[in-house]
Formats: sequence, structure tokens, C-alpha cells
Amino acid sequence: MTGADVVVVGAGPAGLACAVTAVRHGLTVDLVDAGWAVGGQYWRHPAPVEGADGAGAVTAGEVAHLHHDLPTYRALCSRLEEAVAAGRARTFLGHEVWTVGRRDGGWEVAATQRRAAGGRHAPGGGELRVAAPALVVATGAYDTSLPFRGWDLPGVMTAGGLQALLKGHAVAAGRRVAVAGSGPFLLPVAVGLAESGAEVVGVYEANPPTRWGRHLPAVARNVAKLAEGAEYAAALARHRIPLRTGRMVVEALGTDRVEAVTVARLDATGRPRPDGRTTVAVDAVGVGWGFTPVVDLAVTAGCATTRTDDGRHVVAETEGRTSVEGVYTAGETTGVGGAALALAEGERTAYSVLADRTGHDPDAARLRHLDRRIAALRSFAAAMAQAHAVPAGWVDATAAETLVCRCEEVPRAAVDHALRDREARDARQVKQLTRAGMGWCQGRVCEAGCRALVADRIGRPDRSAATERLVAMPVRMRDLLGTP
Amino acid sequence: MTALTTFRFDDRDVPYRPGQSVGAALTACDIRSWRTTPREGRPRGLFCGIGICYDCLVTVDGMPNQRACLVLAADGMRVTTQEGVGER
Ligand SMILES: Cc1cc2nc3c(=O)[nH]c(=O)nc-3n(C[C@H](O)[C@H](O)[C@H](O)COP(=O)(O)OP(=O)(O)OC[C@H]3O[C@@H](n4cnc5c(N)ncnc54)[C@H](O)[C@@H]3O)c2cc1C
Ligand code: FES
Repeated sequence: MTGADVVVVGAGPAGLACAVTAVRHGLTVDLVDAGWAVGGQYWRHPAPVEGADGAGAVTAGEVAHLHHDLPTYRALCSRLEEAVAAGRARTFLGHEVWTVGRRDGGWEVAATQRRAAGGRHAPGGGELRVAAPALVVATGAYDTSLPFRGWDLPGVMTAGGLQALLKGHAVAAGRRVAVAGSGPFLLPVAVGLAESGAEVVGVYEANPPTRWGRHLPAVARNVAKLAEGAEYAAALARHRIPLRTGRMVVEALGTDRVEAVTVARLDATGRPRPDGRTTVAVDAVGVGWGFTPVVDLAVTAGCATTRTDDGRHVVAETEGRTSVEGVYTAGETTGVGGAALALAEGERTAYSVLADRTGHDPDAARLRHLDRRIAALRSFAAAMAQAHAVPAGWVDATAAETLVCRCEEVPRAAVDHALRDREARDARQVKQLTRAGMGWCQGRVCEAGCRALVADRIGRPDRSAATERLVAMPVRMRDLLGTP
Repeated sequence: MTALTTFRFDDRDVPYRPGQSVGAALTACDIRSWRTTPREGRPRGLFCGIGICYDCLVTVDGMPNQRACLVLAADGMRVTTQEGVGER
């Protein structure tokens, strides 16, 4: 097979559903993902190790209990394997796409190969280029983080990071762990840790459950989500994990690693109260404020983005079509909504690609079903974003010396100075004045904090454009030049 | 479960299970940091766990700036604490 009809970047629920649907309707697909197993974040699996090296390896079976809806995952995997066997699909795992560009009227992705298991003997790197008339960007999301005192201590992680260690490596990040931030995602993380033998000292959810009260219609359209919530509530009780709402971690304490966290109650305006703070001993803590869509490759391809109410950039699309011909998207890139929505969007986007490529009119009843499902799940996602917003007083959990940018070690005082004395008015100006966002992660981690500080200063959201990262992943020159 | 496979981290042997990343194996061994920051010399380890944040940079087989959360552990691999930007 040379040159597929579609190249899909991202093998999470969205990319998988898209690839499998496209193949089922006669298209050929190249599927590229940085991970060693398909499944993305939701269905993250250990890197498969084969043969003699496999003794004692972490197996998919031992992390199965952490997963949901595995039959769907397995069905997608076996359809993909059949397609590969039939020469209808190729998978390029362990490949990080660092850029995309136009090629022969279509799109080309450039990726570098990661070193495989035991791969220190393999030639380092190696470059992949695959081109196709249609490109699907299904690159998902990563945890949104905000600075707080001590958040740069080792042992302080994102909530998703705790989950990735569990699902991908069968490792609990600590023996006594706190989980904090906001959103229903904190619950499976806490339960997974407890099931893996860790003591979860508490789930500190910043928002009171009453915030959901305004969104009952959205909940009513998504009863499955209610059942899921009840399931987690029961699991928390079973593991005796305290769920404390209206609270946030305001400080991580320790010298060279986290030893404790300080938890504060939030007042009605979302400010941490000075009284009644408690300090809890932990050896790890995971904090998550929801997720930030990975829009870099779409931005590089020239796709328009929009901002959600909570200020996150998402790829603008209709039925999976972006503003650029031949470029499509699905899943968290269109707005964070979780795995069920990502699956539905992945399938929907495949039908759009199919219609555009072949003029073939797909199953109208299925399309109607998908569109209804996507609308319902998006209404739930919108309600969730509001019910689990970052509390207004988050900044009180920082001190002048708290690092905002972890890479370049830029303290909040420097950002304050840029905002107050140098009149920076958006995250880009803050970056130019302070270097916040110029380090290895290219601002992925500190952008949320910088934008929130700007918003606090100017009294409205920082509406500046999405950061352009021309290189989606730092690449080594030797990989580009193809030398070992 | 006993791991039969090990890699070297500075002056100690760290057991790992095939398929685990260097960062996961170190965490399982209660080692939380393997890098010091260029400016303030502060310790760092895993943060995002998925290759986004670059906090977990470490030197592997002499090559600096490898993401410990992604690099799969291998038998006999030499992992060393990375100081600052990692150039000696
Ligand atoms: C760390 C983490 C853990 C999570 N765990 C859960 C969970 O346990 N339960 C839950 O309900 N939700 C979880 N989520 C939320 C998650 O966003 C959704 O549940 C779901 O996985 C979204 O599906 P998706 O297909 O849109 O994206 P993803 O599942 O994120 O898939 C995107 C894929 O794209 C790949 N990718 C991205 N950029 C590139 C690139 N440049 N080159 C190559 N490949 C690339 C990634 O490797 C990934 O496999 C988690 C999110 C994160 C960040
Ligand atoms: S922990 Fe974030 S890149 Fe490794």
C-alpha cells in the first residue's frame, strides 16, 4: 500500500473510531501515534513487550480493572488489526508527529520515531513521512495546570499523570496520595490508586456539587453519566476515600520532595479561606483543572480556532471539517468532552472524510444518531466546564516567588512586574518580557497560569490567539538529518 | 512480583518490569527526582507523565534531555541525574 486515503494523527478513542470507520467504508488509512499501544489517554495501555524480553512485563490484563468499556476498545483494536492484515491500514506507533504541511494537493505529516523497548541498541530516531489527501488531527488533550506554592516539588503531579502511571505502567505514584483540582476525572484517578494499594488521603474538589444544579437538563440528556457518577461514589465509599468539596490544595510542603499538602476551604466567591486549613502528610499529589486540547498540528495546518467560555482554544469545525480543506478533526481537539464524545466524533468525522473523498452518501440514519449523540454529549461537556470551573481566587494559592513557568523558572513576581509596570496585556507579551513559555514545553504547562494572571489583571479573559508551536515536539537535528 | 531486570541509576541498580518507562520504574522505587534545574538547582521529576511538560528530563546512556516518562527502561541502561541543561 502506498499513500493512504487518510492519515490520522492520534490513536485515542477519536482517532481509532475514525480510522476503523474509514476502513469499513473502503478508505485506506495511515494511523500515527506517539504511544506504544493504541487507546490514547482513556484507554492507555502498557507498551507491549514481546518474546524473551517479555518475562515479568506489565500486561494489559493487570490494568484491565482500571478501564471502562473495554469491549468497545477490543472491538476497535481487532477491526484495526484486520485492516492492517488486509493491507487497508498501517499503524505507526511510537511516532511523534512534529509537523504537518501541504504535499501534492494533500497533506504530509513528519514524525520522529521513539526508541523501542530495549531500543538502546536500535539506531536512535528515524524519520517518518506519510502523505494523504485527507488529514485527521485527533491529538486529544493534556491536563490543565495552575501554579500553587510548592507545585514544583517532585511528587507533585497532574491528576492525569497519576492515571498514566497506573494505566501505562501499573505504578502507583505514592503510598499516601492526595487528588485535587476539579472535575469528575478526579474520581477514577482516586479509585484506581486505591485499587492499586495506595492510600488516598482525600479527593479535594474545588467546586461544590450544587454548581451542577443549574445544568439539570444537560444531565437528564445523559443518564449514563449519572450512573457513572453513582458508581464512583460507591467505589469511593468502599475504599473509604474522603471526598471533600469546596476545598483546594493551596500549598505543597517539603524540601526536596513533597511531604505534605495544605488544604483550604473556599469561600462563596471561590477564595481560599485563611481559617480552618489542614495539613495532610502525603508522598504524592495529583492536581488537575480539566484538560487543554492539543491544537498545535491543526494550527500549523492553518485551521481556525475558537475559544470556549473557559478560555481554551479548540479547533473550529463542522461535522469534523476544519476551516482548511482536507484537514479534519475529532475528539478533545474540538472541545473537551471525554471518551464517549471522542468516539462519536471520530466516527462522524470519518463519514465527512468519506463524503468528501468519494461522494459516497453514508448511512443517513447512523449520521442522525451520531449528530444527536454528539449534541447531547456536548451539552453535558458544557455543563461540566461550568460546574467545574477554576475558582476565582486560585491566585491566592501562589506567592510572589511561586514559579509560574516551571521550565524557565519564572516566578509570579516577574509576571506581576510585566503586567503592572510594563503593561503587558496578553500572554504573548508576558512571554516576551519574562521568558515564561519559552522553555522546553513551549508554554504548554504555564500558558493557563499566564493567561489567568493576565485575566486577573485586565479584568477580562486574555483573548489573544492560540500559541503557534511550529514544532509540535522538540526534535533532534540528527533525526531530521537522518543520521544515527 | 519480583523484577529480574535492572538498569543503572547513578550508583544504584533499579529494578523494572519490561514495558515500564524509566520514570515509572524510578517512582516505583520511591525515587522522585533525577534532574536539577539550570537556574536554581532545584530537583525535578515526573509532572505530566505523558511527554508534555519536559520536567522529567534525564540523561540516558550519555544522552541528555530524554523524557523519563516516555523512555522505556532496558536491561543495563545507564541513567544519570541530569544537572542543569545536561551538557558537561
Ligand atoms: C493523562 C491523561 C489521562 C486521562 N485519563 C482518563 C481516564 O482515565 N478516564 C477518562 O474518562 N478520561 C481520561 N482522560 C481524558 C481524555 O482526554 C479522554 O477521555 C479521551 O482519551 C479523549 O480521547 P481523544 O481520542 O480525543 O484523545 P486522546 O485519548 O488524548 O488521544 C490522542 C492521541 O494522540 C496522540 N498524539 C497527540 N499528539 C501527537 C503527536 N504530535 N504525534 C503523535 N501522536 C500524538 C497521543 O499520543 C494520544 O494517543 C485523560 C486525559 C489525560 C491527558
Ligand atoms: S513527566 Fe511531563 S514530559 Fe515526562
